[in-house]
Amino acid sequence: MREQLFGKTLEELQALSLNLGLPSYTGLQLAQWLYKKEVQSFDEMTNLSKKARALLGEGYDVGYRDPVTVQESVDGTRKYLFPAREGKFIETAYIPEGNRGTVCVSSQVGCKMGCLFCMTGKQGFQGNLTSGEILNQYRSIPEWKTITNLVYMGMGEPLDNLEEVLKSLEVLTSEWGFALSPRRITVSTIGLIPAMMEFLNKSLVHLAVSLHTPFDEERRQLMPVQQVYPLKEVLKEIKSWDFGRQRRVSFEYILFRDFNDSAAHVNELSRILHGIRCRINLIRFHPIPDTPLESPDEETMNRFKDKLNAKGITTTIRASRGQDIWAACGLLSTKKLADT
Amino acid sequence: MTHPATILFTEELSPGIFLIGFKRTFDFVAGQVIGIAIKENDARRLYSICSGEKVDEIWILYKSVEEGYLTPQLSDLEDGARIWVTAPGGEFTGDGDPAVWIASGTGIAPFYSMLRSGLGDNKILLHGNRYLEQFHFYDEFHEALGDHYVRCCTGETDDRVYPGRVTDYLKEQQELDPTLKYYLCGSADMVIETRDILISKGIPFGHIISEIYF
Repeated sequence: MREQLFGKTLEELQALSLNLGLPSYTGLQLAQWLYKKEVQSFDEMTNLSKKARALLGEGYDVGYRDPVTVQESVDGTRKYLFPAREGKFIETAYIPEGNRGTVCVSSQVGCKMGCLFCMTGKQGFQGNLTSGEILNQYRSIPEWKTITNLVYMGMGEPLDNLEEVLKSLEVLTSEWGFALSPRRITVSTIGLIPAMMEFLNKSLVHLAVSLHTPFDEERRQLMPVQQVYPLKEVLKEIKSWDFGRQRRVSFEYILFRDFNDSAAHVNELSRILHGIRCRINLIRFHPIPDTPLESPDEETMNRFKDKLNAKGITTTIRASRGQDIWAACGLLSTKKLADT
Repeated sequence: MTHPATILFTEELSPGIFLIGFKRTFDFVAGQVIGIAIKENDARRLYSICSGEKVDEIWILYKSVEEGYLTPQLSDLEDGARIWVTAPGGEFTGDGDPAVWIASGTGIAPFYSMLRSGLGDNKILLHGNRYLEQFHFYDEFHEALGDHYVRCCTGETDDRVYPGRVTDYLKEQQELDPTLKYYLCGSADMVIETRDILISKGIPFGHIISEIYF
């Protein structure tokens, strides 16, 4: 399989051009064709010399990959299935809402974090995506020009694939790339501390941390990562980081019935988040097969939200979107395809 | 924050499985991990400490991954070479209560540390490997746990081992004690599948403590 150019940074494109004996400015020309214009082949890159086009055509692919299937929810959410390398597949969700269009991209095939509530976690880990495979989920869906927000909350733990995620963010936010505002992009993590600190250092996009319970013992039961990167250490690092005025940290909190929805949880959340300018996104648990966890009712969701807001923590309920097509939070999985 | 440590020995216990040791300069709790790097500013990889709490040396058991960055270099280090290690951390720590330990491959490391730290009483150990030679601490586990040490082997057969994976063994069990704690350590696939089996057999998920190779 030929190497794909889509997803490479300007620096990589310049180095690649020089290696082919082409001028280094070819790298910038390539970036503009890949990220600013709409071409499918090197032949359409008309400001490249014939020699350059021939050389590129011999060893490289432009690298776009169309989705192989799409499912549409009654609420308008669409779930796309994309091929990845070696016969693997990934899922991507597109969520329209008024003037906003959010795309939720995957960063890995499967996931190795093993969170108890997550369908992707049940599939195990089949590999990291390249920067190109991550970006292709944005660029190759029909709605891409209407996308206003991009979240790394699909399959996989983004910060377990830090190098490729950072490259994709560089392409998304650079002037030579898609030139998106970093404030339109959020990367979610379960709190891999060293990678999180490197991410904060090297990127300007928003951070979302999967919290799910303020109590260590409960978090151990939900998320094996708690064994090695305890929440208190994650929060200590976040408290020490200057997010400035533009950058946001938020916490994802999936609500499970009779597990993490009590007044004690509200109080403890208020205590541990004290001093962090943040918001909480409450997410209704979407049941997965054979799970011991249950979904809360609407009243509990609203009551929990109101109590947190009363404590001074801005809290919103994230609407469940695409649940009927298994596109909602925690439901993405290509396990059946991975097993075949 | 890392600090330097000097390699005392590197031993290939079986093809691709290594044990390295360096002098212990800190206290830890059996089951904890440390970060290891070849160079001071390299990204650290986490490994469970394999040695007991009171031993003068820290032992690390690992599988050398050919395409990996750290482990091939680690395996080539000679005695006296310097590596960089973090302070110990993590909460995958056991206690003296009866429990079931379940490991695959080098996921045995924290349980060996617990055994060597005096936590072996009233424990059941299930350990899965592909080959018989990979059950490296067989003698000590067998002596301490007797019939409560079950080896599950997928690649070779022997009268004294269960022929199959740890998960196959668990599926065959008619009854599992729901009052016990179940400690799981190994690959994501093993931990996730084992956890699902345990839950399906009535073990409360609060009794399942998992550590996955990140």
